[in-house]
Amino acid sequence: MSITYLEAIREAQAHALRDDPRVFIYGQDVGVFGGAFKATKNLAKEFPGRVLDAPISEDAIMGLAIGAAIEGMRPIIEMQFADFSTVGFNQIVNQAATLFWRTTVPCPITVRLPMGGTSGGGPFHSQCMETIYAHYPGLIVLTPATVEDAYSMLLEAVAIDDPVIFCEHKFLYYHLKAEKLPSEALPVGKARIAREGRDMTIVAYSAMVHEALEAAKELSPEGWEVEVVDLRSVKPLDTDTVMASVARTGRLLCVGEAWPWGGVTAEVIARVTSEGFGLLDVPPQRLNAKDTPVPYHPNLWTAHRPTAHAIADAARKLLRL
Amino acid sequence: MLQTVLDTKPMNSLASARDAHLTAYRFMLLARVLDDRFAALWRAGRIHGGVFLSRGQEALSAAIGVSLKKGDVFAPLIRDAAGRLAFGESVLDAARTYLGSALGPMRGRDGNVHRGKPREGYLPMISHLGAMISVVNGILLARRFKNIPGTVGVASIGDGATSTGAFHEALNQAAIEKLPLVLVVADNQYAYSTPTSRQFACKDLTDKAVGYGVEAHSVDGTDLTACLKVVGNAIARAREGHGPQLVVATLLRLCGHGEHDDANYIDLKIKKSPVGRDCLKVAGDFLLRQKWADAASLKTLRDEVLHEVEEAVAQAQREPAPDPFVEEWRAISSRHLSETHEEV
Repeated sequence: MSITYLEAIREAQAHALRDDPRVFIYGQDVGVFGGAFKATKNLAKEFPGRVLDAPISEDAIMGLAIGAAIEGMRPIIEMQFADFSTVGFNQIVNQAATLFWRTTVPCPITVRLPMGGTSGGGPFHSQCMETIYAHYPGLIVLTPATVEDAYSMLLEAVAIDDPVIFCEHKFLYYHLKAEKLPSEALPVGKARIAREGRDMTIVAYSAMVHEALEAAKELSPEGWEVEVVDLRSVKPLDTDTVMASVARTGRLLCVGEAWPWGGVTAEVIARVTSEGFGLLDVPPQRLNAKDTPVPYHPNLWTAHRPTAHAIADAARKLLRL
Repeated sequence: MLQTVLDTKPMNSLASARDAHLTAYRFMLLARVLDDRFAALWRAGRIHGGVFLSRGQEALSAAIGVSLKKGDVFAPLIRDAAGRLAFGESVLDAARTYLGSALGPMRGRDGNVHRGKPREGYLPMISHLGAMISVVNGILLARRFKNIPGTVGVASIGDGATSTGAFHEALNQAAIEKLPLVLVVADNQYAYSTPTSRQFACKDLTDKAVGYGVEAHSVDGTDLTACLKVVGNAIARAREGHGPQLVVATLLRLCGHGEHDDANYIDLKIKKSPVGRDCLKVAGDFLLRQKWADAASLKTLRDEVLHEVEEAVAQAQREPAPDPFVEEWRAISSRHLSETHEEV
């Protein structure tokens, strides 16, 4: 038996619904239809009255979740595409993210954002939103890269007393498979060494972890041993694990699928240079998507985002410095 | 539009009508006196940030507060001083928030009208208009999940907020879920300086209700008796399961948007029209006419209220201000997940 990243997300939600009567799911087409990606397939049938179709009203969807959370529920919100969460942005960053700080009342909401590029997705079905949400105080931002993490981190997200932005990568939905669901997992807030190496560190998260691992494979026959750190959660950011890796390798490349200005890759480099300048043998580098909207055509799309080849090229330059 | 039934439950006997009026009037007066005190403190430089008065909207607001029950939900807006007090807020908490006391519900983290106690169903507004309505929906839906019947949630907004996407999304959402939401619009003729002619083109804001499939009620917001009847009836209809109710009250804001605003844009003709009446005076005159109060009892009431406000303000002023050195600079409740990264 094998299970995909998408099925793991469905299973985690089924588990949460089964275990905790406070959990309900609310989002567009999540009911009988089972969601645009089928992440809630059969859940409406299995858990009558607890998986609710929402009108196309992202602001009100989030507002309702916040009210329910105040009242002690644990809503899971599916934004049909991460891109559409901008319509609910105000409720997320101004209401949910500030509630605990203003009032001491926690706001346990999980917002699932199907994010990232897929071939043919285009400018409004491909965005990576982790940077923008991580910027706001009061939110936790998770970016699982594996089937196991998709499952265990979603379960943990539902249990966390704060609003969690759960960035699940659409490109991984069907491609990524595991033998079984994990029985134990690293906690949220801990990064993972996805591959060990001595020559350089590539820090990546979400789908870029797999591109980075491919790049590391490509570089191996050339004699380079590349370490890959999977951040898992971008907020909180596990600076210690990154710093320890850079201490071993002396070289750092950060890779993100989001746009280059500011963001997670910039944050990692800022932290490493300000706190671990002496650990670096050469200036750290980063690789992001191009600074344009995400293009539709596969020729353009594959050139827009970092790929294994692009990462390997950037790594070679860094290794030769 | 639904015609409001005159003989509503809270007003079905003369004695209860008298009590409702006297209770509401006391909160109206308390709000007015408290507002005047805040304005004076602001002019004296004792209040950080703005001061936003409820002048002219006390009848409507008090009617909301006295019509709600314990366990109900209230998301007030800027000009709901009377309703907040009637819903159970203490004068002291209002003063603490305006004066930045560390002991107040907002602990100096937010001020003025941005105060509340969510655990008590009293929601602290964010500044983005219309945003509180769907939050009330969420609480009402949660009560349904938890099989707690009979809750009503009131969200207050102004004419300006009816133009927002949040208003549309939330009222539509409440209608779909048939939630016991009462959305009270104080049409006070201006959204900051913008007149209603630049805010909406429908003949009457209650026209919007048809599009959402909800019941609507109009009320003269300067008339306490009408407010008690109409708001009370809308709340009763919501409680009885008739779904969301839209109440549109016509009145005039008798002050600036905040105390920094001289409101010179308000049309003199509106000021002199019946819409520009002072609801507090109208209510006081009504009490006298009904012989439910006399000059002496009103004077006694005013003295009591003045004393209550002075006590609260004096206490809030004696209380400690927030201390940045003991402040816990953490925005999430999960201590173990707060960022380990610290500024050097």
